[in-house]
Amino acid sequence: MVWPGLLFLLVFSYFPMYGILIAFKKYDLFLGIMNSPWAGLTYFREFVTDPNFLNVLRNTLAMNLLALLLSFPAPILFALLLNELTAGRFKRFVQTVSYVPHFVSWVIFGGLILTVLSPTNGVLNLLLVKLHFINEPINFMAKPELFWFIMVGAEMLKGIGWGAIIYIAAIAGVDPELHEAARIDGAGRFQRMRYVTVPSIMGTIVIMLIFAVSAILNTGFEQIMVMQNPLNLDVSETIDTYVYKVGLQQMRYSYSTAVGLAKSIVALILLFGANYVSRKLSDNSLF
Amino acid sequence: MNIRSRGDKWFDAMNVFIMLAVVVLTIAPFWFALVGSFNQGLDYTRGGVYFWPRTFTLSNYITVFADKTIYHAYFITIMRTVAGTALHVAFTALVAYGMSRKALAGRNVYMLVMLFTMFFYGGLIPNYLLYKELGLLNHFLVLIIPTLFSVWDMIIMMSFFRSIPEQIIESAKIDGAGEYRIFLQLIMPLTKPVLAAIALFTGVYHWNAYTDALMFTTKDALEPVQLFLMRIVTDSGAASKFGAQAASVMPEEAKQISPETLKLAMMLATTAPILIIYPFLQKYFVKGVLIGSVKG
Repeated sequence: MVWPGLLFLLVFSYFPMYGILIAFKKYDLFLGIMNSPWAGLTYFREFVTDPNFLNVLRNTLAMNLLALLLSFPAPILFALLLNELTAGRFKRFVQTVSYVPHFVSWVIFGGLILTVLSPTNGVLNLLLVKLHFINEPINFMAKPELFWFIMVGAEMLKGIGWGAIIYIAAIAGVDPELHEAARIDGAGRFQRMRYVTVPSIMGTIVIMLIFAVSAILNTGFEQIMVMQNPLNLDVSETIDTYVYKVGLQQMRYSYSTAVGLAKSIVALILLFGANYVSRKLSDNSLF
Repeated sequence: MNIRSRGDKWFDAMNVFIMLAVVVLTIAPFWFALVGSFNQGLDYTRGGVYFWPRTFTLSNYITVFADKTIYHAYFITIMRTVAGTALHVAFTALVAYGMSRKALAGRNVYMLVMLFTMFFYGGLIPNYLLYKELGLLNHFLVLIIPTLFSVWDMIIMMSFFRSIPEQIIESAKIDGAGEYRIFLQLIMPLTKPVLAAIALFTGVYHWNAYTDALMFTTKDALEPVQLFLMRIVTDSGAASKFGAQAASVMPEEAKQISPETLKLAMMLATTAPILIIYPFLQKYFVKGVLIGSVKG
């Protein structure tokens, strides 16, 4: 009963790993993977010196670091605050609403964000004009300097509720006696949150952080493809979209595979590295 | 009972305020799109439509649902969601059952072989070339076959199957049931909640997926609704074309629409099924996440 699974992985996971060979070969469709001539590290050299690629790398890192700063802590904060809500019904309502964007595809969620940001009917422009922050409506999506923030903001909004589930569960597992003891010692709500709840869920936070760090070269392909336009291309192209465009649209198979391989290897190193650091520093680790 | 201090009251008030802000921020985009989708097209283009439709019309929705292309796209989406989900759950569960048996020789080796694929990925182009080799490019099955099996889901299912006492399986064997019969008639019914949770996640994935169709198909006939929408959302030319196509069939309706409002109507029509069933299924979704995080 196990063999269909193994066969599946052999074909759909291991065979593509063999296909990585084309990153080191001058791949020719007609010759196939095996018979194409070797090219050594030509393609790796090509992309590290390609100014386009450096730009892509900058965008990828910038958006991810911004996400680590903003959208990583957001669900934690959300879970902590949600936990402090006393009215059960209101709490459930907030939770239910906050999960909704997770189930909506990026095509639609991106479309909705574009609607809110629109210079003609976008409510954000209305708000900013009414509050006299700006005089004229802005075409947000045509401002390259805002793209990273819009992207990370959209991701934050989409993921805040769903990402919080795991922390909510962790918070629910905190021993109530710890809270009681802290209360007797005179700790206020905020202090208990800071000194009881947060340390108790630190393990979960660290594990999630390890995942987040190892994913630092990923930027969701789906969302970027939706929010990208010719005006922001310079700041919106990321490794994932670049691999797709160079590989499938320009058919530079070997080059694109080399970029993809370099990314996979760095991600793997980051995962083990973050895991190692965390095990040394905090005793929390994935493996 | 301790008395709430003034600080506590402030804290509570601030907290409720922040939570309301999150709720408003989440609902608002849907609301503004809904307003636009019920507004007359040209009027919307002039701008300034915010909280309520200025010139109400149903034409956008009528146009969306009168078009054959979108029905076909829905058909592809529904097909891939139903078939993809059923096959994924059945296939992954079968493997998970095999892996859950302690008697299985070489289980640890198999597990390593499977785990490795979670950490290292062949990459887009090697996968593309493989699909090409297999004749999957531009074939409906490319939307289904690569998602048949997931190691992650297998591990979740496996840990549930293991929680079923060995004695039950043994006694079924003594009664003459074969492994497949035990799997179908004993294990699957006993672990319905976890199978349902995984089916839900897979279903949502298939409903929302568009990248596989974007990368591995070029035929319009294979376009799922999300990819169709993606083109409309990102390419104003595609939206205009769709509008013009509608105009030739329904000249009356066509005067009421614009690419922009049509796009909004289409977006909401596609999200509606999920938004409608979501409240009923929410608890299973949440349970599913927790299963994954605890057992994984």
